[in-house]
Amino acid sequence: MNLSVNIAGVEFKNPVTVASGTFGSGAEYGDFVDLNRLGAVTTKGVANIPWAGNPTPRIAETYGGMMNAVGLQNPGIDVFCNRDIPFLQQYDTNIIVNVCGKSEADYVEVVERLADENVDLLEINVSCPNVKEGGIAFGQDPRALEQITKAVKAKAKQPIIMKLSPNVTDITAMAKAAEAGGADALSLINTLTGMKIDINRRNFAVANKTGGVSGPAIKPIAVRMVYQVANAVNLPIIGMGGIMNYEDAIEFMMAGATVVSVGTANFHNPYTTIEIIEGMERFMKEKGIEDINEIIGCVK
Amino acid sequence: MSSVKVSATVRRQDQLASDVFSLVLYAPEIAKEAKAGQFVSVYSKNGANLLPRPISLCEIDATEGTIRLVYRVVGKGTTEFSHMVAGDTVDVMGPLGNGFTKKDKKAILIGGGIGIPPMLQLAKELKCEKDIVIGFRDETFLLEDLNAQGEVYIASEDGKNGVQGNVLDAIREYNLKADIIYACGPTPMLRAIKEYAMMHHMEAQLSLEEKMACGIGACLACVCKSNEVDSHSHVKNKRICKDGPVFDAQEVEL
Repeated sequence: MNLSVNIAGVEFKNPVTVASGTFGSGAEYGDFVDLNRLGAVTTKGVANIPWAGNPTPRIAETYGGMMNAVGLQNPGIDVFCNRDIPFLQQYDTNIIVNVCGKSEADYVEVVERLADENVDLLEINVSCPNVKEGGIAFGQDPRALEQITKAVKAKAKQPIIMKLSPNVTDITAMAKAAEAGGADALSLINTLTGMKIDINRRNFAVANKTGGVSGPAIKPIAVRMVYQVANAVNLPIIGMGGIMNYEDAIEFMMAGATVVSVGTANFHNPYTTIEIIEGMERFMKEKGIEDINEIIGCVK
Repeated sequence: MSSVKVSATVRRQDQLASDVFSLVLYAPEIAKEAKAGQFVSVYSKNGANLLPRPISLCEIDATEGTIRLVYRVVGKGTTEFSHMVAGDTVDVMGPLGNGFTKKDKKAILIGGGIGIPPMLQLAKELKCEKDIVIGFRDETFLLEDLNAQGEVYIASEDGKNGVQGNVLDAIREYNLKADIIYACGPTPMLRAIKEYAMMHHMEAQLSLEEKMACGIGACLACVCKSNEVDSHSHVKNKRICKDGPVFDAQEVEL
């Protein structure tokens, strides 16, 4: 039985990783999850310099999900390279570094800094809805997306994954722009911009007023977008958005994802990733599936 | 110290006030590791309520393998918990956070509202001279338990119990003196205590609260402003769940 998959020439022992921002760089979840068992660890976004993030409250629960406006708090690339990469290198898992920035130059600086680091893939976050500059601005305009993809690709030593925002009219236009810019893979979806009002305090539930909605409440939208993108471009997809169990993971793969990311579910159950890998194995056995690659995009 | 997520069995549940409940859980793995000031994440059985509820430990009995949570019903999650009865099970992760650093100094333990419960376990663990000062809006709870651990001074907003006013009014009224304050309660109360402690050159340890998601320091939702750079992001944002929830008053901006 084969669970291994391949993205842009990088072999994954299984198709399960974590969604950026929900898992830190893995250290905190080490008590609960054997990181060696994951197909990859996708790190929280890292910028060229430390970012303090947004004021609190940064999160709120929503029905079947949550809303966050953490604002990409991160220690900057220097601390990341000195601390987080060596930590992750102790484990037999792929390292996907999520890169964020406020300008093209910021993204390029981080990507250049990572060129000589032993990491497997770079995920370019052009879709964070919670920072005022950069972030999503690059992810909502096809020309800007193609341009930033080109700029990053020109300097990157590792394959690049463009992480797409669902907060657009036509996700396939964005996927095609990233492909035209030279992306090696796509990940989708980032969170959907939402709002929650605390009626007792007559105030917004998160200090940023709006936040990114995640969790099982958004899963059908994510599956639809993965399906659309899989049928619009020739790039491998890392699918995510509300995956809670192996059935959800299989669903994303059948829609066209090669790898799946577990995000919000980590907060509900820190063992989710491992349970999904084990559930996938059972599913394959039950259904007589020899190779997990058989099911990728099998529903047309 | 390591934390675990377990399925805990409810030993008993009691209603202490109109919206305050006491839940005793059998969770030996957590009870044997836990100490005053730490908390647990409690998970709803309803999939619509995804995030765990962080609740402080009110009592820990390592011998019996139990932990006691005293919590206020504020929303869907805590409403569900309040309906649990002996024999039910509930997923709990813990112990989380660092708890109080116990000093051998004359102490005042201050609890405000639903910040009172962790003071009970702390009072049990502190062997030194101590006074306990608690503040209520109106209804009281945990009085008997606290009385068994030391002298208890009460403040209430309606004045029906103890001094009318807040916990600092009670401290002034009874002229309480100490070398260290341990406190848990609403942020305005903690802010006033920080100021009071500075003015009187006292050490103060404050237990903070914020909306949390992971509870273990990964998601960076529950940060507070700190005076020194934090170990995680080096941006003066300490994580309440992981670096706290108890901080030295000098360490944090409130």
